[in-house]
Amino acid sequence: MAKMKGCESCNDITGASTIDLLNQDLAKQVRTAYDRLEDRGMSACLFGSGGTCCRICNMGPCQIIDGVESMIGVCGATASTVAARNFARLVAAGTAAHTDHAREMVRGFIATAKGETPHEIKDVDKLHRMARLFGVETEGRDKNEIALELGEKALAEFGQQEGTLTMLKRAPEKQQEIWKREGVEPRGIDREVVEMMHRTHMGVDQEYKNILKQAARTSLADGWGSSMLSTELTDIMFGTPVPKRAIVDLGVLREDMVNVTVHGHEPLLAESLCLAVEDDEIKALAKKAGAKGVNLAGVCCTGNEILMRRGVPVAGSFIQQEMVLATGAVEAMVVDVQCIMQSVAEVVKGKHTDIITTNYRAKIPGAVHIQFEEEEAYASAKEILKHAIANFKKRGEYYIPKDKKLDVVVGFSHETINYMLGGRFRASYRPLNDNIINGRIRGVAAIVGCEHYKYADDVHFKIAVELIKNNVLVLATGCAAQALGRRGLLRPEAATEYAGPGLAEVCEAVGMPPALHVGSCVDNSRLLIALTEMVREGGLGDDISQLPAVGTAPLWMSEKAVAIGQYFVTSGAHVIFQNLPINGSKDLSKFILDGMKEHYGACWDVEEDPIKLAQKMIAAIDEKREALGINKKQERILMDMAMRRELEGKALPGAGCTQGGH
Amino acid sequence: MSKIICSAAIRGAKNIIDMAEETYEEALVKYGPEQEVAFPNTAYFLPIIYSILGAKVEKLGDMKDIFQECRKLLPPVVTEDIWLPYLAPALDAGMATFFAEEMFEAIRYLNEPNFYTKTEDPTEDNIWLGAADDVIFRKRGVEFVDGTAPGFAAIMGTPSDPEVASRIALELQEKNLYIFMHDQTDGKNMAELLVENGVQVGWNTRLVPFGKSYTSAVFAIGFACRVALAFGGIKPGDFKGNLLYNKDRTFAFIMAFGPVSDEWYANAAGAINWGFPTISDWDIPQVLPTGICTYEHVVSNVPHDEIVQKAIEVRGLKVSVTKIDIPMSFGPAFEGERIRKDDLYMECGGGRTTGVEVLVSKDMSEVEDGAVFLEGPDISDIEEGQNLPIAILVEVAGREMQSDFEPILERQFHHLINYIQGIMHIGQRNIMWIRIGKGAVEKGFSFKHIGVVLHGKLHQEFGAILDKVQVKIYTVQDKVDEVMELAKKVYAERDLRLGAMTDETEGVFYSCTLCQSFAPSHVCVITPERIGMCGAYNWLDGKASYQINPTGPNQPIEKGECIDEVNGYFTGINEFVAQASRGAVTEVSCYSLMNNPMTACGCFEAIAAMLPQCNGIMVVNRDYMGMTPSGMKFTTLAGMAGGGMQTPGFMGVSKHYLTSRKLFLAEGGIKRLVWIPKMLKDEIGEKLKKRCEEIGMPELFDMIATEEQGTTEEEILTFLKEKGHPALEMDTAIG
Repeated sequence: MAKMKGCESCNDITGASTIDLLNQDLAKQVRTAYDRLEDRGMSACLFGSGGTCCRICNMGPCQIIDGVESMIGVCGATASTVAARNFARLVAAGTAAHTDHAREMVRGFIATAKGETPHEIKDVDKLHRMARLFGVETEGRDKNEIALELGEKALAEFGQQEGTLTMLKRAPEKQQEIWKREGVEPRGIDREVVEMMHRTHMGVDQEYKNILKQAARTSLADGWGSSMLSTELTDIMFGTPVPKRAIVDLGVLREDMVNVTVHGHEPLLAESLCLAVEDDEIKALAKKAGAKGVNLAGVCCTGNEILMRRGVPVAGSFIQQEMVLATGAVEAMVVDVQCIMQSVAEVVKGKHTDIITTNYRAKIPGAVHIQFEEEEAYASAKEILKHAIANFKKRGEYYIPKDKKLDVVVGFSHETINYMLGGRFRASYRPLNDNIINGRIRGVAAIVGCEHYKYADDVHFKIAVELIKNNVLVLATGCAAQALGRRGLLRPEAATEYAGPGLAEVCEAVGMPPALHVGSCVDNSRLLIALTEMVREGGLGDDISQLPAVGTAPLWMSEKAVAIGQYFVTSGAHVIFQNLPINGSKDLSKFILDGMKEHYGACWDVEEDPIKLAQKMIAAIDEKREALGINKKQERILMDMAMRRELEGKALPGAGCTQGGH
Repeated sequence: MSKIICSAAIRGAKNIIDMAEETYEEALVKYGPEQEVAFPNTAYFLPIIYSILGAKVEKLGDMKDIFQECRKLLPPVVTEDIWLPYLAPALDAGMATFFAEEMFEAIRYLNEPNFYTKTEDPTEDNIWLGAADDVIFRKRGVEFVDGTAPGFAAIMGTPSDPEVASRIALELQEKNLYIFMHDQTDGKNMAELLVENGVQVGWNTRLVPFGKSYTSAVFAIGFACRVALAFGGIKPGDFKGNLLYNKDRTFAFIMAFGPVSDEWYANAAGAINWGFPTISDWDIPQVLPTGICTYEHVVSNVPHDEIVQKAIEVRGLKVSVTKIDIPMSFGPAFEGERIRKDDLYMECGGGRTTGVEVLVSKDMSEVEDGAVFLEGPDISDIEEGQNLPIAILVEVAGREMQSDFEPILERQFHHLINYIQGIMHIGQRNIMWIRIGKGAVEKGFSFKHIGVVLHGKLHQEFGAILDKVQVKIYTVQDKVDEVMELAKKVYAERDLRLGAMTDETEGVFYSCTLCQSFAPSHVCVITPERIGMCGAYNWLDGKASYQINPTGPNQPIEKGECIDEVNGYFTGINEFVAQASRGAVTEVSCYSLMNNPMTACGCFEAIAAMLPQCNGIMVVNRDYMGMTPSGMKFTTLAGMAGGGMQTPGFMGVSKHYLTSRKLFLAEGGIKRLVWIPKMLKDEIGEKLKKRCEEIGMPELFDMIATEEQGTTEEEILTFLKEKGHPALEMDTAIG
């Protein structure tokens, strides 16, 4: 399963840059996750993998075997209860991660509105749209004043105890009715996470469906709550992404520059670094150190954030974080929160590279800690860069796989998609819906989430190619998006190379790649808005569950992925993972893989084989197409005068309003 | 390949904007920023810019901001590889192209005032008409609204063979479309080829030579923009509303002949914003996925004999044309065609000979359906230049037929006979006049064809009320005289019946929502004494139309209780209008200009407006281009009265209403009328005099001022005082 150092023939590493690097002597000395996986010499615990290991109280840990009377918990907890609690805690932890990230962004947003950061309110249109949504007066007010009030209202939603979250109003009406009917509208963001943790404490909620109901509610607090707040306010502050050319993979590192990589998830610091690299003092210092300047490159989702908004190159995704360092060419890796492997500090031992932790929440032994202070963001950023520049001269042996870099086109926010399908004057999702209805595009698939080392590193690519070949438009986020980028699927040329004839034709008409990079993992909220917009545009049903759309997070690794998966399911989107820790309980599995559909119109599915997984996604799309009655060839409607007269009374879709209140 | 098209469109847009801006800079030096710029006689400024940006370009200096907007919209060129999405930028570039071209053409009007004829038809030495002024626009716009013209073909260039060009033009005419012609291909342009080939061009035949350069494409697009503003109630600056209105309702497309330049691509990209696709005969890339347009965006390589059919299919248009079996072409597009002296073969009626036409209903047993009798010489029996008397007697029968419908059916003769290519019909009843062109005679015209047309079309349009139609045509004097006697008797009975019909005698009025395909929020209320403001639909038409199509645009309205006789408030009318306007209008007066006046779609014959100083009302018809005492021209007033809104003091009216006993009843009736244009006074003179006599004030006729007395309120007031106009003595009509 795992691979050996420098193995040239094994199947698991297929990425050319990684293979190239690992074949170098300097990299062979590095112990990577692949090696650790191999060296562990133990396969994963079956109880843990099946979700039936209970460590919630100190009477155990109890390993539960479904259907074996003697193998229930000491407290009597059944397999379904234990597996449901474990699953729900994944959702809670994932939501907590997005929430704490979002909270920092909102706080940064407020500080920006107060003029306490080097940033400014960039997207005033979106500010106004969000302000209207939150009931903030915009007429005749300064943007910072509006932003301050909006930020404070947003911040209040974290600690809100009663009522419902504001962003829920953006969902299709029928979706909102379903949530109301099911009683899963989140009251506040933190409250749902806390309640989830409480209810999965020893001896509280012991009815698996009831546990999962709260998991559903918690997931909405993530998707339509914290994640969406983070995406939108970050866009307002740093600019809503627009199409940009960029490059990805290890080859983006520069021989002649100070390489500073930013790794983690929160773009506050990264954005400050982007500003600070242009600082004259920093430029002069770099030059003095013998470098042409500072080359900022991203890793993981912090990388995605600045890739989307600024076109800053991405050196590697989650799976490549050790490889980036193994090049020996990085002067500093600046990390914030989430998905930073402790091993990064190990990899740089004996190299000139510094791991710089910047957030008090996330410290690593062996790393240098420079606390990032929002109020002194610029100074913090410069201090970090100075530290990195000082390392440049100490750079020893290094290897950059220079030819291993790929062009990508990124920046497909909801707003970009809306614009690119009709221009400034006719922006809408109409062409997408039309071409789904006429069958050129079969449907839409989201490929999101993480990567890990247990499967081959081309799973995302294989799934995407199978989908694209079958005329399914792919929207990608997070490390999955980067994986597609490294394989060339984020180039517009990929449409002619990989896509089926219908999708290729639409891509060619618009000038877009067949796989669209929508953002970081917190930006999966953009997909919720995109799906909503498809519903609103009309012709594809009244709620998200009717859309020919499906999601997957193959190679999921983090708890956040499960929270994301659950908020898509709760929002009506069918989701397929490669596996889930639930098969230790038959009842729970049945409910998650089927029963949820009754409640939310969608459920989970699992499939390990990437091609089969893609085919299941296509089958799910076809099922929706059939239900919508768009699986047959549509006759062209020719209009005469009487038919045009009948248009009366029906509001022309989209007529008269340029920007919806969403 | 969309990429090739978008790249070319963006390059083209840049060239056009550069060119237009250069022209602007030169004009700025020459005339200065305060110089007024405008398209001729329009209240819509430069209509595309006004519709999309809401900006009024009135002075040269106003163009500066628009050019800045163009530059903002102009995207960078599309790269060879790793391109960014180009469709949206190309559409934006296309829009910028139109802005630039409109400004370019406006400056052209300044630099070369006679570059275009500014008329409905070509002049002796100039074929290019230029932008449609508001008179032409309103007149033609009505045809878009009522469905006689479903849209237009904007033609770029031309097929090189005049025969092919003529055939395509004819085919488009037969589909009832307007044909707007622009630019040239290999030195030839379509309008000139048509003229060479003996085809009549001009607004009257729907073959409109707009301009000889591609920049004149803005005249076609600007026309569409104005339809949305004037009839659709779309506000200036509501770009999405305007574009979607046109996508859904104006069935227009671009038809391009020959090689496609970057500049043509830029124009085509612009047109896509309105949902107008491009159909080309040239081997250019296609853009087939749908979305911005209803169906395909660019379809190419279409052979000339399929191009018209392909175009209307791509645009999603259904044109139902019943084939009338005559050797000449037939359809609304030929209605306005003229038979000039040199084209004339012979004529009937019109003072040259006796001419009469009449329709009567008969018992079922007396009518043989489809029979066409001709007594007397036919065309083939006479020499060129030999005129004949004519009587056209149409006898109809049907279970649903009522004598009230006779005049309605008879009134169709005029346009139906005019629909025949090469035949011109003028007037009605016993002052009718038919001119037969040489072209029609060459194709084998017989008087019997008139019978074939009337039989076929009356069945088609009035099949619900009549079952049998026979047509008798006489071209010998004694028979014609016989029919004349009959006709005079019929006319007299009819007039008596119509004259006796009042708003009080009838229990139901009729709504008219015929315009709702273009003016979604407006409802007309037609009463016996107040005909539709378009002048085309009276109460009987409403009644017949309802009979023909019970779910159609004319519905009976139980007028209910009359709660105010003077203003003309009826409970039934208020309820109906409130419902039909979805609550926007809850009260409508039938006889007042000041209190809850009736709303208008925009296709009114005339506008009434209060003149406060004169304490009177003026009425201006849409053909009058000059200034009025209200300080506004018709076109400006139209903006205040249209759009389905009630604006006290401004109201759309028909010319006929001016002689109604219910005219401005609430404001004191005809005694309030202080000013109308001379041409209107001449037109309705007889009836107006009669009406003045009826109220016992024959002298009032001469007290009503025209532009000869003045076009300012002060001038009119002086005149009124001089004449002692009764309005001056009346209570104030305001407040």
